[in-house]
Amino acid sequence: MYKQLNQKAWFLVAPVVALVAFNAIIPLMTVVNFSVQETFGDNVFFWAGVDWFEQVLHSSRFHDALLRQILFTAIILLIEVPLGLIVALAMPRKGPWVSVCLVTMALPLLIPWNVVGAMWNIFALPEIGLMGKGLRSLGFDFNYTRQPLTAWFTVVLMDVWHWTSLVVLLCYAGLVSIPNDYYQAAKIDGASAWSVFRYIQLPKLKRVLTIAILLRFMDSFMIYTEVVVLTGGGPGNSTTFLSIDLVKMALGQFDLGPAAAMSLIYFLIILLLSWLFYTVMTRNEAR
Amino acid sequence: MHPERRTFIRKRALIPAIYIIFLMLPIYWLVTMSFKTTNEILGGFTPWPVNFTLANYVKIFTDSTWYSGYINSLTFVIANTILSVVVALPAAYAFSRYRFLGDKHLFFWLLTNRMAPPAVFALPFLQLYSAVGLFDTPWAVALAHTLFNVPLAVWILEGFMSGVPKELDETAYVDGYPFWRFFLKIFIPTIAAGIGVACFFCFMFSWVELLLAKTLTSVAAKPIVATMTRTASTSGYELGLLAAAGTLTIVPGAFVIYFVRNYIAKGFALGRV
Repeated sequence: MYKQLNQKAWFLVAPVVALVAFNAIIPLMTVVNFSVQETFGDNVFFWAGVDWFEQVLHSSRFHDALLRQILFTAIILLIEVPLGLIVALAMPRKGPWVSVCLVTMALPLLIPWNVVGAMWNIFALPEIGLMGKGLRSLGFDFNYTRQPLTAWFTVVLMDVWHWTSLVVLLCYAGLVSIPNDYYQAAKIDGASAWSVFRYIQLPKLKRVLTIAILLRFMDSFMIYTEVVVLTGGGPGNSTTFLSIDLVKMALGQFDLGPAAAMSLIYFLIILLLSWLFYTVMTRNEAR
Repeated sequence: MHPERRTFIRKRALIPAIYIIFLMLPIYWLVTMSFKTTNEILGGFTPWPVNFTLANYVKIFTDSTWYSGYINSLTFVIANTILSVVVALPAAYAFSRYRFLGDKHLFFWLLTNRMAPPAVFALPFLQLYSAVGLFDTPWAVALAHTLFNVPLAVWILEGFMSGVPKELDETAYVDGYPFWRFFLKIFIPTIAAGIGVACFFCFMFSWVELLLAKTLTSVAAKPIVATMTRTASTSGYELGLLAAAGTLTIVPGAFVIYFVRNYIAKGFALGRV
């Protein structure tokens, strides 16, 4: 659509800019302030330069948390995106079951994140939880409070449970917006189900899939509450992701300098990767 | 219908059916737990409540530290939803209709705030809202949640507004409507569905967030999610009570989904597929 040049439009965006600036710029400047200073309490600060950044970038604690975070996000994307796509393709397009599917699938998205964690906690408890007891009676040695591997399994399963529906609903929205003529034409040509998917549905889903991947990337990279409630980052540090480590450092130990430096590095990683997605997305739109 | 085709459809329906069962299992377990007594829960595995009890719910509805949590939560969620959507409406209109200095950069900057991990902002927010005297009020949480809800609302509304032909605006201006009258009387009713979807998303992300809500409140404005985590950590293992409180937090979400169910599919595509 052609857009008119109008500098007065700034008045319309001014409230948003003021509100978000108050919430984003002032706190961000506080973080920057802490990240370059050293304090021994009593509001006495010393210039520390880039010391904290060097310390964080060289600490094995940060490396481990970052590695765990990248591994977690990669697993999540590899499971949730294909699974969400498959469920969306198999969903009915019309009839009474559409509403049933949409309402039940959207339900996990509206449950507070700590309730999600608490729910999976009691669902997976080895002796009294349905899943824990079930897996144990099937002969699996399952105890997510003790074994890092089963803790990871539970955390990943919880996230799949919690967020796959977002991918499903996005893909479903993309699918129903494809005009029926496309399918009619494919039917006349005698196209197989696979070629309908490959040459009609997938190209039309490109945009919603990009949004889905972008949202899932950002949110899984920031995951905090669910995992804290479920495993507390344990056993040991095996499920301590970046946000959990950061909160431990900032609000638990009050190591303001390193925590602030880590915040900025963390934020920059997300920004950089999201910017990459964003440019890919807008480039596709321009074509 | 052709028999082969019918079995194909039935097989295909298996996938969503299995997926929905997978989604419902943990919820079933939570609801079941909420009707059990603590003794039964800790005593061993029972697939459904043997000694059915409503004691957990009675406790929540009679103890003010519990039910005030729900009131506090709903207060800041509703305040945040209204605030986010009201400021986002004119901004989204500007982005969808006009070019202006720095528009693309501004749009991207707004979206970057959706990418900011709340963990990064928890401590600075605590200091900021203490400094302006809003700490421990629902307003602090409502304002803090605009950090990620306003960008989202602008994004969704911009998508919906771009789907409305520009001729609508031009005709109204030719007819002599001033901007605000056109905007309130004609444009907003036109994109009512989009506003509904934006409200849904703002409600959702404010309702589910814990970290900022917990950091910015202590006693007077404590949200239900914080009450729950503090119960879990202080009074040991009251699983039945926790499960009942959790079950009740699902109810408002279920209501909201039910009302917007016809717009969900379209809304998730953020307006323009």
